[in-house]
Amino acid sequence: MKRWWIAGLLIALALALLSPLASPHPDGLERVAEDKGFLDAARGPLFELIPDYLFPGIANEAAATVVAGVVGTLLLFGLGYGLAHLLRRQRVG
Amino acid sequence: MHIPDGFLSVPVATAGWALSAGTIAPAVRRTGKQLGEKQVPLMGVMAAFIFAAQMLNFPVAGGTSGHLIGGALAAVLLGPWAATLIMTAVLAVQALLFQDGGLLALGANVLIMGVVAPWVGYGVYRGLSRLLGGRSWKGSLPGFVAAWTSVVAASIVCSLALWLSGTVVLSIVLPAMVGVHALIGVGEGLITAAALAFIAATRRDLLPTEAA
Repeated sequence: MKRWWIAGLLIALALALLSPLASPHPDGLERVAEDKGFLDAARGPLFELIPDYLFPGIANEAAATVVAGVVGTLLLFGLGYGLAHLLRRQRVG
Repeated sequence: MHIPDGFLSVPVATAGWALSAGTIAPAVRRTGKQLGEKQVPLMGVMAAFIFAAQMLNFPVAGGTSGHLIGGALAAVLLGPWAATLIMTAVLAVQALLFQDGGLLALGANVLIMGVVAPWVGYGVYRGLSRLLGGRSWKGSLPGFVAAWTSVVAASIVCSLALWLSGTVVLSIVLPAMVGVHALIGVGEGLITAAALAFIAATRRDLLPTEAA
């Protein structure tokens, strides 16, 4: 398959579609911060664009998560591909 | 393991930025020299996969979750320099767009998940693969151990950063962080081993020659 990377991207997008199923529990660092009493030291962000992986303006939480996930996945595919392309062209050119 | 702003002191956050920037500069040079034609789309797929997989928190014991870091997987497939760039892209987008991980803390997060995790993972993978001999080896066992070690190593550096910041005592934070990430690392190991086995079964040519 020549366009094998399309399959790779589809796998990543499939994971993004599954994102509403993610465990809502705090992750390792957050758990330790809570248990050891320094969670309150966390400061809120300076600005918010897509906080908590919920795309703004979508009422349904699962849908908002999926849209945020798909947007981020596509953006990172483009960033990774574009960066690699630029770095390689710089060498060849 | 994304550190929010407020957990790190200004000197530690600044040191995180300096150390990670000092790694990204040679990573840009080295990656440009090393990338083959096939690795260009693979960089895109890896960045996309790691971002999506990081959204999928899986439960570990005691009302706690964890998610893939992906640094070891990226380092095994594309080498540690390219892995640092991929992880930097993922962490920067998470901090800037999704407010996951602080902006001041981004340097430390890149150092922990974008430098320590891939380089430790890469070193363990290479060492273990050589030890076990490459013949007909799909890389799943070295991949599992490399991924687990990368997560635990990252949690140690994260603990040190929190301690140096005066946020928490080392004797308290280190065992707690290493303990929970030893569990999360099992998930990281299973996902990494499965991904490597999948690639070995479907597109063996994408594996680096020394790992194939």
